[in-house]
Amino acid sequence: MLKVKDIHAGVEGNEILKGINLEVNPGEVHAIMGPNGAGKSTLSGVIAGREDYEVSGGDIEFKGESILDMDPEERAHNGIFLSFQYPIEIPGVSVSNFIKTSINESRKAQGLEPMPASEMLKKMREKMTLLEMNKGFLSRSLNEGFSGGEKKRNEIFQMAMLEPTLAILDETDSGLDIDALRIVANGVNKLKSKDNAVVVITHYQRLLDYIVPDFVHVLYDGRIVKSGDKTLAHELEAKGYDWIKNELAAAE
Amino acid sequence: MEQLKEKLLSSFIVFENELNGQADSPIHELRREALKRFEELGFPTKRHEEWKYTNLKPVLKHDFKIFPKTEKTIEFRDVKRYFLNEVDTYKIVFINGLYSSWLSDTTHNAYDVCTFSAALNRFQDVLDKYFSKVAPEDQAMTALNTAFARDGAYIHVPKNTTVNKPIEVVYLTTDEGKDMMIQPRNLVVAESGAHVQIVERHQSLSSNNVFTNSVTEIYAHSNAKVSYYKVQNDVKTASLVDNTFVKQERDSHVNVGTFSFGGKFTRNNLNFCMAGENIESHMDGITIIEEGQLVDHHTLADHQFPNCYSRELYKGIFDDNAKGVFNGKVMVHRDAQKTNAFQSNNNILLTDKASIDTKPQLEIYADDVKCSHGCTVGQLDEDALFYLRSRGIPEKEAKALLMYAFSNDALDHVHIPELKTKLNLLIAKKLGVDLEFEL
Repeated sequence: MLKVKDIHAGVEGNEILKGINLEVNPGEVHAIMGPNGAGKSTLSGVIAGREDYEVSGGDIEFKGESILDMDPEERAHNGIFLSFQYPIEIPGVSVSNFIKTSINESRKAQGLEPMPASEMLKKMREKMTLLEMNKGFLSRSLNEGFSGGEKKRNEIFQMAMLEPTLAILDETDSGLDIDALRIVANGVNKLKSKDNAVVVITHYQRLLDYIVPDFVHVLYDGRIVKSGDKTLAHELEAKGYDWIKNELAAAE
Repeated sequence: MEQLKEKLLSSFIVFENELNGQADSPIHELRREALKRFEELGFPTKRHEEWKYTNLKPVLKHDFKIFPKTEKTIEFRDVKRYFLNEVDTYKIVFINGLYSSWLSDTTHNAYDVCTFSAALNRFQDVLDKYFSKVAPEDQAMTALNTAFARDGAYIHVPKNTTVNKPIEVVYLTTDEGKDMMIQPRNLVVAESGAHVQIVERHQSLSSNNVFTNSVTEIYAHSNAKVSYYKVQNDVKTASLVDNTFVKQERDSHVNVGTFSFGGKFTRNNLNFCMAGENIESHMDGITIIEEGQLVDHHTLADHQFPNCYSRELYKGIFDDNAKGVFNGKVMVHRDAQKTNAFQSNNNILLTDKASIDTKPQLEIYADDVKCSHGCTVGQLDEDALFYLRSRGIPEKEAKALLMYAFSNDALDHVHIPELKTKLNLLIAKKLGVDLEFEL
């Protein structure tokens, strides 16, 4: 589904990603872990189409097609979803109106009619129950005055509504207390299927207790330096990132 | 400019002759004095501090017809879109500066919603008391309007009375084959405890140049509540100098919203004279303009008594080579303790050619006050734009959504839902999108 091939990318001439390879297949959950500054958010931004990053080499294929020339909205229409580490506040635009706009723009791009209002409402109710949200939430301005937990829950709510084929969760656990973490993780787990995939980007292992990965990758200094199964995450938690650094230093 | 001045001065005798015996009234004495002041002051130029960033000269270069005589008839269906149609309203409508009874819907029942010219005959005592009493004497454009004041809206709401529907004041100009200048004069008096909501609009239907120099005086007595909304969405051959002067007594609440999308040249002078305690004065503005347009807001909140609150919120979005000016003056007199004055002017420039000159001006002579002001000039937030696009919203719509969100809180004090909807549609149209959600 997603093939990241030797991708090099950076900002203003500074290379941050120095040749990343990653393959994600339907039904899989991947975790990308790494210390601050390793390039985790750059990788998610490059996949979602953030224009601040210049891609200097390599390719990204999604559903068999290169997406590097696609606008962020086209990538979204194709089924890529990025849950933001810092969701943006947009006063004056309600959560429900925003989601309606988002869904119907995707449908328009696929040549479909807008979703009927009753169907939209039903779907919203369903997904809100899943994420234990109260209905007053829909009429609030998008992320405005939301707590950290509410913002993250709102991200997963949007994901639930948009039903992407590939969801990238960028530091979704940061700023969440244990209850919110459980609810968010539970939501993600219920949305998983054999046809979609999830990439969890995180600094810590704790989210992975709830969203159990099939593969764990360690990103360090712009490269994936180690891959393994879920036990790698535990090992990292126990030994810290210095373990990886020392190992790398020893190898050189 | 000098030519127009000469033309106006020499026309005054013709104007007097048309007044049919009113030439001896106290009102006309005020007109004469105003003409003298205009003669002395002349049209403002860029040399005047208050007109430093806004050049009136190109606006005045045309050979305007200044006394439109013919009353044109217009079918309502042809101008329907300039009115609020989803709600019942009183209407005071003028065509080329002359009253159109055909398009109007006035009343004298519980309150007077009629014309200035009618009031000159019927309510001379009220006019003697209020006409040209809050309008400052030292402003040339106001003096010019006073000198030729003949018609406009007259709204008088008695004590503890609420006008049961909004009042629309609409000035239409038709194609007369010539450039035209009109000078509307509006008077609003809300007695103690009275409530009234007014929507004003100037609309040219002409392909010729139209220049409007309008003066509105609003008096809000104790506990009165007045909302006055200006929808400025005229064609690109229309220019407007709008002078609005508000005088408030204790415990009154007045808000003036100025929503500027159209017109070639728009200068708004909006002054609040806060002459009592516990007054609330609100000024809201949204300006969204593009190629060849200029909008200038000059405001004054004059705090004379303690415990008053003034709040200004102006948002501007400037595309192409559009030019904006904001000058917000807050004056807090020595006795005006516990004043709370808030002023904010936020702008987005969409191109390198667009510009905004923004200047807060605070003069504070009291020591126990809370005054804040801030102005920002920026571009659209790239992070926010990426956020929306990553949710599948195309760039153009995403930008529009952000601009809509940016300007949205300046609509908070629009209390007529149908007007709010209309303004939202105008904003969406101006931003060039059909926003998917119901605004």
